[in-house]
Amino acid sequence: MIGRGVERALGILAVIGLVAGLYTGFLYAPRDAVQGEVQRIMYLHVPLILVSYLAFFVVFVTSILYLARRWERHDAIAHSSAEIGVLFTALAIAAGSIWGRPTWGTWWTWDARLTTTTILLLIFIGYLMLRALVDDPSRGATFSAVLGIIGFLDVPIIHMSVVWWRTLHQPASVLRPGPSTVAPDMQVALYTNLAAFVLLYGYFLVKRVRLEEARWELSRLRMEGAA
Amino acid sequence: MSFVRRVVAIARKDLLAEWRDRESFSAMFFFAFLVLFLFNFALGGDQTLIRGASSGLLWLAFTFTSVLGLARSVQGELENDCLDGLLLYPAEREAIYLGKLLVNFTVILVVELVIFPLFAVLYNMDLWSRLPKLLLIAVPGTIGFAAAGTLLSAMTAGLRARDAMLPFLLFPLTIPLILSAVKGTEVVLRGDPFELAMPWLKLMAAFDTVILVASLLTFEYLVEE
Repeated sequence: MIGRGVERALGILAVIGLVAGLYTGFLYAPRDAVQGEVQRIMYLHVPLILVSYLAFFVVFVTSILYLARRWERHDAIAHSSAEIGVLFTALAIAAGSIWGRPTWGTWWTWDARLTTTTILLLIFIGYLMLRALVDDPSRGATFSAVLGIIGFLDVPIIHMSVVWWRTLHQPASVLRPGPSTVAPDMQVALYTNLAAFVLLYGYFLVKRVRLEEARWELSRLRMEGAA
Repeated sequence: MSFVRRVVAIARKDLLAEWRDRESFSAMFFFAFLVLFLFNFALGGDQTLIRGASSGLLWLAFTFTSVLGLARSVQGELENDCLDGLLLYPAEREAIYLGKLLVNFTVILVVELVIFPLFAVLYNMDLWSRLPKLLLIAVPGTIGFAAAGTLLSAMTAGLRARDAMLPFLLFPLTIPLILSAVKGTEVVLRGDPFELAMPWLKLMAAFDTVILVASLLTFEYLVEE
């Protein structure tokens, strides 16, 4: 699907991006006036969560494509993207928890966005478990595609329900209409890290899909060997 | 035969099977009753505490209980290759889904209708006068829960760890529904003006619509061979 050259370029760019992210996050961006150094967790937390939303959106789109066209590669992308999404979401929640302890005074709170994100994580852990349990690969792919679609469609409703229930989170500072509320120097660090994590996601995705292709190749060779 | 009659025919088959052994119903009923009974000990027998938490307790009992019936709805078809026979039946896949949904909905609602008065007696609450309003909350809640459960049970039936997987997939997806049903029931049980339950009813309607449309569009992929 994607050549080795592109894959290598993505990997190199991701590393450069992450190094630049570390530099801008720790050295370039100013110390937060209110929260102090701990605010720098934002440069990890926000990119992680935004990229995991992207990952689950990719699951949604490729799941629809898989049901429509029955192309194995769409399923491989959905599966890989879901794995990366689960990893990034879990890391984002962990980073947020570490950030929340000194600023909100608690590791965990039943805030709307935190709750929604955790439910999203649970849904996609279920998605990966279901995939692991179904023996027939094509049935597993179909089941996961349906679950990936429904899980994603459910997110706005889950979010609405918990927002009405309660909210505490600071309003979204990047994905919102109107000018950003983040100071310009901080924005540089934030967007650098965001770009780095998008590249990292792309690199992981390509690698993971390649792994899946190697697995198909292996089972094909085994079949030929047995015949 | 029209679409509706095919749906009813499938629902009738399952309801008849359920009526003959009452296996789902009795398992669900006793389980729900036990859960309600255990709450008394879990909450230290404090009647005011239990009454304050009653809407949550009721829906917790309903969700745990529903899983028992939902799991059987497609699993039962796997014995003696009944599913293949069902798929040979000249009906759209959507009719099979809706038929199954109708049965799951009916069985869960009947359990709820039996549990409401029992709860009222056990914890000395006046539910009778509020039953119509309670139903206004319970019916959309049960539709959504049965709709998601019917779809997911088609996936988990036949799996090795199906008993664990169904709730694991179903509960996170239905959280908005459980939350709305609990909040709506709370409004009714407290005797607050019913308008306060309206946002939750709307949310349940949104959930039911999304899950029904998505299920109708995708169910055929799940049962094909």
